[in-house]
Amino acid sequence: MNQPVRNIMIVGVGGQGSLLASKLLGHLLLNKGFDVKVSEVHGMSQRGGSVVTYVRFGEKVYSPIIDQGEADLIVSFELLEAARWLPYLKEGGQIVTNTQMIDPMPVITGAAQYPEHLEEKIAEKARLDALDCLELARQAGSAKAVNIVLMGRLSRYFDFPEEDWLESIEACVPARFVDLNKTAFSLGRNHTPA
Amino acid sequence: MKQLMLGNKAVARGFYEAGCCIVSSYPGTPSTEITEEAVKYDEIYCEWAPNEKVALEAAHGASLGGRRAACCMKHVGLNVAADPLFSISYIGTDTGLVLLVADDPGMHSSQNEQDSRHYAIAAKVPMLEPADSQEACDFTKQAFALSEQFHTPVIVRMVMRICHSQSVVDTCERVVPPQREYVKDQSRVMLPAQARKAHIRVEQRTKDLIDFAETSPLNRVDEGRDHSMGFITSSTCYQYVKELFGDTYPVLKIGMCNPLPVKKFQDFAASVHRVIVVEELDPILENHCRMLGIPVEGKSLFPMVGEFSQSLIASCLGMDAKTTQAIADPIPPRPPVMCAGCPHRGLFYTLKKNNCMVYGDIGCYTLGSFAPLNAMDLNVCMGASLSGMHGFNKARGPEYEHKTVGVIGDSTFVHSGMTGLADIVYNNSASTVIILDNSITGMTGHQQNPTTGYNIKGDPAAKIDLEALCRAMGVRRVRVVDPYDLKATDEAVKEELAADEPSVIISRRPCALLKNVRHQSPVQVDTDKCVGCKACMQIGCPAIAVRDKKARVDTTLCVGCDVCRQMCRFGALVRPDGRNA
Ligand SMILES: Cc1ncc(C[n+]2csc(CCOP(=O)(O)OP(=O)(O)O)c2C)c(N)n1
Ligand code: SF4
Repeated sequence: MNQPVRNIMIVGVGGQGSLLASKLLGHLLLNKGFDVKVSEVHGMSQRGGSVVTYVRFGEKVYSPIIDQGEADLIVSFELLEAARWLPYLKEGGQIVTNTQMIDPMPVITGAAQYPEHLEEKIAEKARLDALDCLELARQAGSAKAVNIVLMGRLSRYFDFPEEDWLESIEACVPARFVDLNKTAFSLGRNHTPA
Repeated sequence: MKQLMLGNKAVARGFYEAGCCIVSSYPGTPSTEITEEAVKYDEIYCEWAPNEKVALEAAHGASLGGRRAACCMKHVGLNVAADPLFSISYIGTDTGLVLLVADDPGMHSSQNEQDSRHYAIAAKVPMLEPADSQEACDFTKQAFALSEQFHTPVIVRMVMRICHSQSVVDTCERVVPPQREYVKDQSRVMLPAQARKAHIRVEQRTKDLIDFAETSPLNRVDEGRDHSMGFITSSTCYQYVKELFGDTYPVLKIGMCNPLPVKKFQDFAASVHRVIVVEELDPILENHCRMLGIPVEGKSLFPMVGEFSQSLIASCLGMDAKTTQAIADPIPPRPPVMCAGCPHRGLFYTLKKNNCMVYGDIGCYTLGSFAPLNAMDLNVCMGASLSGMHGFNKARGPEYEHKTVGVIGDSTFVHSGMTGLADIVYNNSASTVIILDNSITGMTGHQQNPTTGYNIKGDPAAKIDLEALCRAMGVRRVRVVDPYDLKATDEAVKEELAADEPSVIISRRPCALLKNVRHQSPVQVDTDKCVGCKACMQIGCPAIAVRDKKARVDTTLCVGCDVCRQMCRFGALVRPDGRNA
C-alpha cells in the first residue's frame, strides 16, 4: 500500500445525518484494509449548529483530525457549510456538496446575510461537484436519505467497486431501509447535473 | 476481532473485558456514550445516578461489595465527585474501582476547560491517559488491575478527541474475577485516628507507584533517528507529534500521568539535545521536568488555552503553514439553537417579555441565552440557579424578588437544585423557581433521570413527583403550566413573581425530539393575511423565516407546536386542521 494518508471531511448542520455517513465510510475503509480514524462531534454542536467529521485513512494514521489546507475531499450537506470549511481544502482538492441552503439563526434574525451566488464563488476557488441531494433523496423515497445520496456521489471519487459500497450500506443501515438507501446511493452516484 | 470503535465505546469494551460488573455514572459530554455503550452488555449492571458524587459513592460501594466497578463523568463532574474521591483514596480498595473522567480542551460542549490531571495529583491516585481507542480499552483493563495491585481507585482520563474519535480496536474475551468476600475492617472508618494512618499508607503507595512508573510500558520511548530534539507528550498530543515527525525524533509517551517517574524522564532528557513538552491545557508534565531540574520548553512555545492539532504544533515550532483558500464574503456563524417545537421556547419568550432577571442553569435551556431570546443573565454550574438567585434576592430585596426567576431543568434540579430550593424555603426568600420539566436529560443526548419514570435501559422505574417533592420541602405555591400555552405561561409567571413567598412553577412539556412525542401537522402561512411584520420571528424558531416580506415555514422541521401562531396578530399562521381557536 504505502500511500499517503487521505483526508475526507464531512460537514453540515447538526441533525442532517452526518454520523451515518462517517459510519458507512469507516466500515468500507476498514474492510479495504486501511488504518482508519474518524473524529466526530457530539453534544452541544448537534442542536442545529455547524458540525464537522474527519475521516482519515492510509497505511498508518496518527492524528484523528484534519487541519486547514489538508483535506483531499470535503463532502458538504449544505452550501454555506461548504464555504465555511473551504479553507480546510488542500490545493487542488475536491468539494462535493448538496445545494440545499439552510439559514443559520443570525440570518433568520436578520443579524447577518446568507452570501449570494455561493456555488459560483466556491467554484472559482476549488473543484466543485454540486447537486440537489434533497430532491434526489425524495425521489428515492425519503428526505432523510440525503446522507446516502451524498455518499453515492462521493463514491465517484474512489476506485472501489460499487458492490463494496453497497455492502457497507447493508452493514450500516437497518434492514428495512436498505433498499431505499441503495436507490439513494445510485441516484447520487449516477446523477448528471442538468 | 478488529473493529472501528469510538474511544468511549472502547472504554466500555474495557469494562466488559475486565469483568467489571457495576457502572454508576452521570451523563456529561464527552463522557456520556461510555455508559450508554456499557449498558448494551447484559453482564454489566449500569445506572444513571442523580449526580456524580452519588455515582462515585455507589461505584465505591459496589467495589467494597467485591465486584469490579466503574463510574464515568465529564471533567466538571469530578468537581462534584471530589469529596468522596479524596476519602476513597485514603480508604483504598481491594476490588478494582475505576473512575473515568473526560476533559474537553477547546470547550466543544463545556463551560470551562479545567485540567483533571490536577485531581489525580491532589487526591494522590494514579491516572492513566489513553491516546486512541485501542489504548482506551487496554488502559481501562489495566486500571482495574492497578487498582487491585495498589489498593487505590484509579482514574482514566480521556479528552474529547479520544472519546469521540473512532480507531481500530482488537477485542478479547471477558474474564470475571470471583466476587471478593466482604470483611468488616474498621480502618475504613475515616475518623482522625484512622485517617492519619491512612495518609501514611497513601504516601507509601505513591512511592510504590513511582517505582512502578519507572518500568511500566505505560510510559514508553518511541525511538527516533535524530536526537537533536525529543518530545515528551501524552494523550492526543502524542498523535499530533507523530503525525508531524513520524520516527524522526525520539518521543517519551506518557501513559500514566500520575505519579510520574523520575529516572525515565532524566534518562530521556539526557539522550536528546532539546526537550520539548507538548501537552494541552496546564503544564503538568513540564512542571515535573522543572522540579527535576530538566531544562525543557513547553508553554513558552504552546498555548495554555484550547485544543491542539498538528498544524498548531507546527506553527508554534516555526514551521510553514499550509496554503488555504477562502471566499471573500463573510460567512455567518451557525450557533446551536433550540429545536423547532422545543418546550423551552415559549417559557423563555415569556421571561423576555416580562423583562425578568433570569438566573440560568445548564441544559438545552441555556440556549435561551442566544439571540433573539437573549433571556438569561448568567449561568454558573449545575444547580447554582436556585442558590444563586436566593443570595441575589437577599442582597436586593423585594424589588428584585418580584422580577427574578431561577430556571432549572428536571435533571439538573435532581442533580443539585433540591439543596438550593431547601435554602430558599428554609431561609425564606420570595424566590420564583421555574423547573423546566421536559421529561428527559436533553442536552447530553436524551438520558433518563429520576423524574422521567424510566431507567437507563428504558424500563419503567420509580418516578419522583416534582409537585409533591416541592410541597414536601415546604413550598406552598406550586403550579404546573404548559409552555406551549403562552397566555397561561404569562399568567403563571406574573402571579408567582408577585407572591411574597417562595414559589415553584413547573413548566411541563416533553422534549420535541422524544420518540414517543406525537407531533402535530406543520403550521401553514396564509400569505394573503401575512403582512411580513416578523412578530413570529421573535421566538427564534429555526423552522420559520421571512422571505420576500412573507413568513415561510419549513415543513420538514415544524412540529406544529403552535407557539408562533400565538404571536401573529393577523391570523396569518393557520393550522391545517382548521382548529385555530
Ligand atoms: C457537574 C456537571 N455534570 C454534567 C454536566 C453536563 N450536562 C450539561 S446540561 C446537563 C443536563 C441537562 O438536563 P436537564 O436539566 O434536564 O435540561 P435539558 O437539557 O433537558 O433542557 C448535563 C448533564 C455539567 N455541565 N455539569
Ligand atoms: S433536544 Fe429537546 S429540550 Fe433540547 S432543544 Fe431540542 S427540543 Fe428542546
